[in-house]
Amino acid sequence: MAGHTRGSGRPNQWLRNLNAKLASIPMILTAVVIFLGGTVWTVVYSFTNSKLLPRLSFVGLDQYERLWAAPRWLISVQNLVIYGFFSLIFSLVIGFLLAALMDQKIRFENTFRTIMLYPFALSFIVTGLVWQWLLNPEYGIQSVVRSLGWTSFAFDPLYNSNIVIYGILIAALWQGTGLVMCLMLAGLRGIDEDIWKAARVDGIPMWKTYLLVIIPMMRGVFITTLVIIASGIVKVYDLVVAQTSGGPGIASEVPAKYVYDYMFQAQNLGQGFAASTMMLVTVAIIIVPWAYLEFGGGRKRA
Amino acid sequence: MPEIVAFNAIAAGIEPEAEKDPVALSGPWGRKPRRALSPRNIIIYGTLIVVALYYLLPLYVMVMTSLKGMPEIRLGNIFAPPLEITFEPWAKAWSSACTGLNCDGLSRGFWNSVRITVPSTIVSIAIASVNGYALANWRFKGADLFFTILIVGAFIPYQVMIYPIVIVLRELGVYGSLTGLIIVHTIFGMPILTLLFRNYFAGLPEELFKAARVDGAGFWTIYFRIMLPMSMPIFVVAMILQVTGIWNDFLFGVVFTRPEYYPMTVQLNNIVNSVQGVKEYNVNMAATILTGAVPLIVYFVSGRLFVRGIAAGAVKG
Repeated sequence: MAGHTRGSGRPNQWLRNLNAKLASIPMILTAVVIFLGGTVWTVVYSFTNSKLLPRLSFVGLDQYERLWAAPRWLISVQNLVIYGFFSLIFSLVIGFLLAALMDQKIRFENTFRTIMLYPFALSFIVTGLVWQWLLNPEYGIQSVVRSLGWTSFAFDPLYNSNIVIYGILIAALWQGTGLVMCLMLAGLRGIDEDIWKAARVDGIPMWKTYLLVIIPMMRGVFITTLVIIASGIVKVYDLVVAQTSGGPGIASEVPAKYVYDYMFQAQNLGQGFAASTMMLVTVAIIIVPWAYLEFGGGRKRA
Repeated sequence: MPEIVAFNAIAAGIEPEAEKDPVALSGPWGRKPRRALSPRNIIIYGTLIVVALYYLLPLYVMVMTSLKGMPEIRLGNIFAPPLEITFEPWAKAWSSACTGLNCDGLSRGFWNSVRITVPSTIVSIAIASVNGYALANWRFKGADLFFTILIVGAFIPYQVMIYPIVIVLRELGVYGSLTGLIIVHTIFGMPILTLLFRNYFAGLPEELFKAARVDGAGFWTIYFRIMLPMSMPIFVVAMILQVTGIWNDFLFGVVFTRPEYYPMTVQLNNIVNSVQGVKEYNVNMAATILTGAVPLIVYFVSGRLFVRGIAAGAVKG
């Protein structure tokens, strides 16, 4: 067929393997124009005072100074830190515990796994709306418990600015722990059965084997899961939009929402660019050390 | 949010497990448990059943709420089954729920989502599979560099790239249209899909490829006659990944389309969170179930392939 000039004296280096190059054009455009170009563009424009339209009039670090002085941004960052911290801890711990339970050679494993993973198939919008309903103080869990006789019971995280972020956390954990469980289970299954036999022969209790032998052996799985969860955390957006729209007031704002609102509603592009650049920096802080450990630094891992 | 975080799940060592998945996750193995009612079993199964109930609870409440009338919801308990089953909320959610001034229900969003998901899935898979094939079998100078940028780029938050894409689409004259959104889904699906296909094709026996070359087959002949027919499972995995990911997307829908093209998730959010009028929780829940139905059906039908897809990609987030 055409392309790939075989025989006939190779006229031009560029025409060699032409079809593969043509097939890669979308990838090259995406990588260079969108991923690389787009990122650089946004970072550069974050130093300008673009308002309604992007303009190249540089103002140094002004946008960043304004950003870090804005109460809404500070609350967003604070929320992200709280949400991120607890979501990491709880998903890893719950995910691992569930995986360990599932690994006890149980019956109906497929059924249990299907049930634990199905929320992951749902969108954050659906997740957020369901939990908005469950946490509705007038009709939801709070009212049910009160109707059972405990009339002073209070559980209305979505309407209490102090704890609203935990209300979002509950929904996020419901949606995401199934995935962590699956990843951990795959990790547990990758461990040699002989390790267990050896531990049993030595009379080491099971919990101790998990803690001292299995978990250290699953380091790779843990790190990968951590990166997956962490980069998802930074991007959290739809869940907040669906569950609280950032409310009450600005109590559950998150950085991704700040970016969207400033870019497309407040028409203050410069702020949006500066905020998104901060998100980029956050992700880089997570990814770069991991990538270095994983791929660079002389390949220590097996 | 739509998709994809961890392609490196693959690169980083989950992949060997993911490859083993169908075997490794295929259920209990080893000796059969001896006694059914040992204290250990009671603890394990007891915990698992409580956990399962917790996971199922929201789905149960959604369904129950959607089958009740509003008076019953005001009086009763969200966990109680309906005294009187009504399908009116479902009909209303589908055909007459309001977003702002529009009162034609979720059906419009549903069809928009179909019109977005189907072409986006096909285009993104077509491009990424050919691309993965080129990377696996026809590597050219510089290919790895672009591929690395693509994979690293997948970790960049979408927020950083959204505005430049708006500008590019506006220049192309497709900003706000379905075409524009399809391009966006193709772009952001590319890293994970390319990786998926590249790894799969690289794992096929090289002799096949060499034999075809010796017989004089070229780039496209080998792709269509040999690679494609041999790779149906990975195409199905990619399809599951894309259909659920694109259907569940919210951010791109809201940024890159005009209101008349809003996908179902965006419309759902607008219906439920609109401030006007009396809140009809039963209609809201019916609408929520309708929006979640497509990915749920994909999930329940595809079963283990879904698990394989996410283990390979650890999609969305």
